[in-house]
Amino acid sequence: MILSGAEIVVETLIEQGCKTVFGYPGGQVINLYDALYMRSDRIHHILTAHEQGASHAADGYARASGEVGVVIATSGPGATNLVTGIATAYLDSIPLVAITGNVPNSLIGRDSFQEVDITGVTLPITKHNFLVKSVDKLADTIREAFVIAKSGRPGPVLVDVPKDVQVAKCPYQVCPVVEKQPQKLASGDKLAAAARMIAESERPYIYFGGGAVSAGISAEITALADKIDAPIGCTMMGLSAVPVDNPRYLGMEGMHGHYASSVGQDEADLIITVGARFSDRATGNVSKYARRARIIHIDGDSAELDKNVTVDLGIACDVKDALTRLLDLIGEETHPEWMARIAQLKAAEAEQFERVVPKDRLTPYAVIHEVAKYTDADTPIATDVGQHQMWVAQFYPFGNPRTFISSGGLGTMGFGLGAAIGASMATGRQTVLFTGDGSFGMNLNELATLTAEQAPVKIILLNNKVLGMVRQWQTLFFEQHYSNTDLHTRRTDFMKLADAFGMPGFQIRTLDELAPVMEKAFATEGPVLVECAIDEDEFVLPMLPPGGSIEDIITERGDN
Amino acid sequence: MDRFVIAILVDNQPGILTRVSSMFNRRGFNIDSLTVSETEEPNHSRITISLTGDQAIARQIIKQLKKLYNVREVKIMEKDRSVYRELALIKLRNSPETRQEVLSAVDIFRSRIVDFSRNTLCVEITGETSKIEAFIQLVEPLGILEMCRTGVVAIERGCSYLNSESNQ
Repeated sequence: MILSGAEIVVETLIEQGCKTVFGYPGGQVINLYDALYMRSDRIHHILTAHEQGASHAADGYARASGEVGVVIATSGPGATNLVTGIATAYLDSIPLVAITGNVPNSLIGRDSFQEVDITGVTLPITKHNFLVKSVDKLADTIREAFVIAKSGRPGPVLVDVPKDVQVAKCPYQVCPVVEKQPQKLASGDKLAAAARMIAESERPYIYFGGGAVSAGISAEITALADKIDAPIGCTMMGLSAVPVDNPRYLGMEGMHGHYASSVGQDEADLIITVGARFSDRATGNVSKYARRARIIHIDGDSAELDKNVTVDLGIACDVKDALTRLLDLIGEETHPEWMARIAQLKAAEAEQFERVVPKDRLTPYAVIHEVAKYTDADTPIATDVGQHQMWVAQFYPFGNPRTFISSGGLGTMGFGLGAAIGASMATGRQTVLFTGDGSFGMNLNELATLTAEQAPVKIILLNNKVLGMVRQWQTLFFEQHYSNTDLHTRRTDFMKLADAFGMPGFQIRTLDELAPVMEKAFATEGPVLVECAIDEDEFVLPMLPPGGSIEDIITERGDN
Repeated sequence: MDRFVIAILVDNQPGILTRVSSMFNRRGFNIDSLTVSETEEPNHSRITISLTGDQAIARQIIKQLKKLYNVREVKIMEKDRSVYRELALIKLRNSPETRQEVLSAVDIFRSRIVDFSRNTLCVEITGETSKIEAFIQLVEPLGILEMCRTGVVAIERGCSYLNSESNQ
């Protein structure tokens, strides 16, 4: 059939299995929005308040579902508003296809109204991008964008479609959903070498990152740990791939990692790393990282091997296949002494927690614990960025994979609300957003989207009236110079704000109010905002100071 | 620190040079020289990059290059198994006092004079970078007025080829 470029975009999205897209109309995508209007029976477009919110929503949709998220924006400012969202997806390897309109080919390069070279702008933050010059290339380019976004190490791809290409017509034929490109398989020699290193190890530690979530290897990781009698730790991006109640699981390690996980990793003699990239937040001072250990690094992206940390054995391959085959190569091992040491570390951590956390007032821990009573193993838990994010990463009892929706690599404040909407749309489930007053202030305009869609997102706003994470650094490393981190002069009334956007608001000021108010909030249908007053000097602990190593770990206030 | 010459075969598409050079820039790798030109296949271009760094950096660069979508093949042109060439055009002051010295330098280095005017002369010299640098050092005191260099191109000796079917 002969279709216009705009219709081809929409038909190709439908053909590729896309049911929900996020976006915002504008001058250079009117044709595209007309085509969406005509096909609204097949594809649901969610209008956000701002293109940035749309990009985070598409990202949250992808994180929660494992599908490719799609976002649409107009040229110029519409396109540049996507930039933070695209960079967020790039740093966390999230499959995203961004479609932007642009001025007609004849006007490109003339600084036309709302013209921006968006392929140039997004060059370093996309896996690849395309400027489609003619309509006959359009459908295949979008298909190629999907292949690139989901193959290998996933990531964002941008397709820029000039207005005249949307208007021009050409034949279109439906194609099947594109397949991921197969990844290289690990060589038998390398897997045998890994098996030997495992057999020689007395203190193995299994360490996974976001790659474990995208490759869907939760079962393989726990099977490996059981077979070789090893503890399991992870990066922040790995959270939710292994359930918190697994007895071998120590939680995330690194700057704000669990004590047992970070110390356990430091004491290990072998770190079996799967789908992690040794970011500075995970390793601290690289020269002092894992000094006692040999490192096996299994990753889908060969460029990650020896990038940040030089490893003893690097295997770039399909990680699921590699773990499955490795499991067949290794024998059952037991390490009673090592596991006793791990148990000791866990006990020390629990004891620290008991000592540090007050039980007589409203704390973030109490809030997270209370929220968890109303969620299940499949509830998507989105966060913004800052102290609240770390508390959730540390203490929320994650169950099933893809339930932790958080900006790791880029650390994007303002990510959470859009992402929570996307995750809720992807799963059809009640979704929780933990946010802070700083992050929430960045993109709270998306409350409009939330109420329009009546998505069941429960927003838990931890309000300490400061930019807590920066304040914590100022307390520890900048002689309490609280430069521009005090928000007490802001007079935002979050209850009136919720009301203004058309959703119920709840306030929790004391520990006594926590249980009854939370019960009411979760009994309310649709979106709700729950503001919880917490202390401005609440710390995220433990903490490895930036550039520090395990010896520098701060486990309680006053250690500094 | 070693000098590496890397040959990159890319799809002949707009923007590919930007993609390659931008990767170097954002990952903090320094380029000593870069050339790009047509190849025996019309749909491929060949980029030759020369850089200084250690083995680990060279390996990382190759892996990052291979991740770029329009990059087909990447290979280090090993010094002992490749021919390196570079061309320079050097404009020198042409004065009676220095002329003889310039002419003998041109002769010894097997370069040639491609332009000659009352006050200037232009030398074309081809060879490995070290030869060109030796020549420049020699004529520098005589007054270099202007200079441009192509940067290194390299090709492997014998039956090794860099094409989209070749394997490292």
